[in-house]
Amino acid sequence: MMMLSRTAAALYWLGRYVERADFIARLVEATIRLDALSARPAGEAAWQSALAVSYTDEAFAATGHPAVQAHVARFLTLDASHPGSIIRCLEMARNNARAVRTALTREAWTAINRAWWLFANRASTGGATETLNLVEQIKGETRGFEGATHRMMRNEATLLIQLGAAVERADNTARLVDVKYHLLLPAGESVGGAVDRDQWTTILQTVSAVTAYRWLYSEGLRPDNVIDLLVSRSELPRSLAACVEETVTLLSQLAKRTGLQGEADRMARARLARCQKARTPDIIVGGLHEYLETFITENALLDSAIARQFRFL
Amino acid sequence: MGSRGAFDEIWGHGGPDAPRAEFSTLSQWIADTPADELQRRQQSAEAAFRQLGITFAVYGDSDAAERIIPFDIVPRIFLQREWQKLSEGLVQRVEAINAFLEDIYGARRILDEGIIPPELILRNEQFRPEVAGIRPPHGVWAHICGIDLVRTGPDEFYVLEDNARTPSGVSYMLENREAMIRLCPELFRDFRVAPVDSYPDMLLETMRSVAPSGRARPVCVVLTPGHFNSAYYEHSFLADSMGVELVEAADLVVDDDIVYMETIAGRVRVDVIYRRIDDDFLDPLVFKPDSLLGVPGLIAAYRAGNVALLNAPGNGIADDKAIYSYMPEIVRFYSGGEARLPNVETWRCREPQALKYVLDHLPELVVKLVDGSGGYGMLVGPTASSEQIETFRAALIAEPHRYIAQPTLALSTVPTLTEKGLAPRHVDFRPFVLTGSDKVRVVPGGLTRVALREGSLVVNSSQGGGTKDSFVLLGDAA
Repeated sequence: MMMLSRTAAALYWLGRYVERADFIARLVEATIRLDALSARPAGEAAWQSALAVSYTDEAFAATGHPAVQAHVARFLTLDASHPGSIIRCLEMARNNARAVRTALTREAWTAINRAWWLFANRASTGGATETLNLVEQIKGETRGFEGATHRMMRNEATLLIQLGAAVERADNTARLVDVKYHLLLPAGESVGGAVDRDQWTTILQTVSAVTAYRWLYSEGLRPDNVIDLLVSRSELPRSLAACVEETVTLLSQLAKRTGLQGEADRMARARLARCQKARTPDIIVGGLHEYLETFITENALLDSAIARQFRFL
Repeated sequence: MGSRGAFDEIWGHGGPDAPRAEFSTLSQWIADTPADELQRRQQSAEAAFRQLGITFAVYGDSDAAERIIPFDIVPRIFLQREWQKLSEGLVQRVEAINAFLEDIYGARRILDEGIIPPELILRNEQFRPEVAGIRPPHGVWAHICGIDLVRTGPDEFYVLEDNARTPSGVSYMLENREAMIRLCPELFRDFRVAPVDSYPDMLLETMRSVAPSGRARPVCVVLTPGHFNSAYYEHSFLADSMGVELVEAADLVVDDDIVYMETIAGRVRVDVIYRRIDDDFLDPLVFKPDSLLGVPGLIAAYRAGNVALLNAPGNGIADDKAIYSYMPEIVRFYSGGEARLPNVETWRCREPQALKYVLDHLPELVVKLVDGSGGYGMLVGPTASSEQIETFRAALIAEPHRYIAQPTLALSTVPTLTEKGLAPRHVDFRPFVLTGSDKVRVVPGGLTRVALREGSLVVNSSQGGGTKDSFVLLGDAA
């Protein structure tokens, strides 16, 4: 039986929204840590950059609140009026999941439903500890959801959720690197220069890569190595290289099951070929910001091509 | 009217110390299980329902947009001989409903022979001239019926209402059973309970049996108004357990009188649609023109015999409350015998004499809107304030044809867990009857609704009612 177009779209977006909720949860977690470690006003800068990473600095400025933990953490997690908050991502994920209940297993659905109920009745994030607890719970539920999708039938439903997640993850990592790099390395400063150890650790924490970094690089914390890890090392599941690879694989598995292939596959394969050729030092010399900007634009184009290929309604 | 004098299905008339002979085991179980243990199990069931998202929305109540229906842990039990009798009555009634619909939208013999006043049908809002003359595939109209029953004594059952459009509640029958097996496994050792979990298979068989002829592997779907509908959980649950697609109107398109669904690989022909949306919203070309929910051209495809709709459009005429009072005549007319399941005595307020009687006896009667549902627009005389009674009196005088009235029955009770321990609470019962081209199937079970407030007779979930599992015993009870 062929899948409904509406179902396909809902599954893909379910994958994207869960991934986004998870990313923001990690971002908040890492920022709380950074804030705690730095002296003011560096703490404020930490929250400013968290907003920039999630593309929400302007929306937050409009609220008129100062960029301190109490306000930004609430804005990014519980603020129902802000479309990029975790609660809104979970709400969108749950709406999509509800609309395709029949394509999900009970386990996958209840993980989403539980995550949403966690937030639905919360008015305040409380202090740092409570926020960390909340974030930890959300990460638990999204991990539960991922686990449940991996135990669903290996069919196009699962593949579409994973495809949505891979496309979203690529976007999130690219933005994280772009914003943090800019912020941490003002014009004129060279990549090898003095770095704020905590700031770079924050980046690694946001993508759960602290341990991975220590395994792969022996010379301590260096910005160019962090860039290398997050952009080019496909061993790290949240690196651009890994997302690019995963997208190609998922699209070809979908093609095998559904017989549908086309522009999205070609774009994804071309991107993979480019990524495999690119070397980190060249990327930095050629301009990391430009590289990431192009990557984000291409990722959006790929997203549209996927929607066309699977006839999303 | 309170519970005093009502027949309790477990305790009989004698109270907890003198249960009905057949129910000594269950009565013992109730007595032996501490109330807080029962409470704990009940809460665990409700937590599971919330996690699964078995919720319903209450219309006009935005604060409680998503609620679960309270679940009561004490089951209601039917003995095999009781069930046997009930199910014969159900089959007879549903066969009559199908014959009636076939006749009303066809030859209209029942009108020609003067059994029912023609204007009652032809001027009824539930009568759909748009589908007159259409014969649904295999001549089945009411594929899925929910017949609401009440009980007043060991052998006294009455039909309160027929639901021949899109009766809901079957998911509760199935989920309640799942919860009971998990939470009270000991009951299933003590009793041999007929399984209900074959319902989705029976429904799918019913759907396939009415597919337009010549379609070797008919494609069946469930059509939902969408996930904001109060019964969405049930729609997805049924589609899921049958392994068919759950579609919304936007997924369907009609081309040259053939219905298709839009899939990632293009259009796929659809043969059988279990639609959970009202007639009004089926097809804007035929019914409500401003409906955004409908599928333009669906009725044309149905008229051409290219798709089966479950239930058939126009069925509202069979479960209309004004027609209800004629059901004994309808059953007699088509089956040639007396109705095995009696109606509740009903006064049709459109008839002047009946209206006079109703106005004179309002405090004793239940008055219902002919076109109301879900317990809205209803007066329960014995518990109503004098103000409510006067409001209804005025309404009855202004528009008598919109109302019927019935005596308040001494509805049976079943022991129910309350804050103060176990106490009798009034119940009703909705069994589900499936009619395919091959046969009529009655699922051994159904939805028991319970009025949780002491003495209350209103069991509707939108008015604070709860549900119970309903056991049908395979052997003799102990």
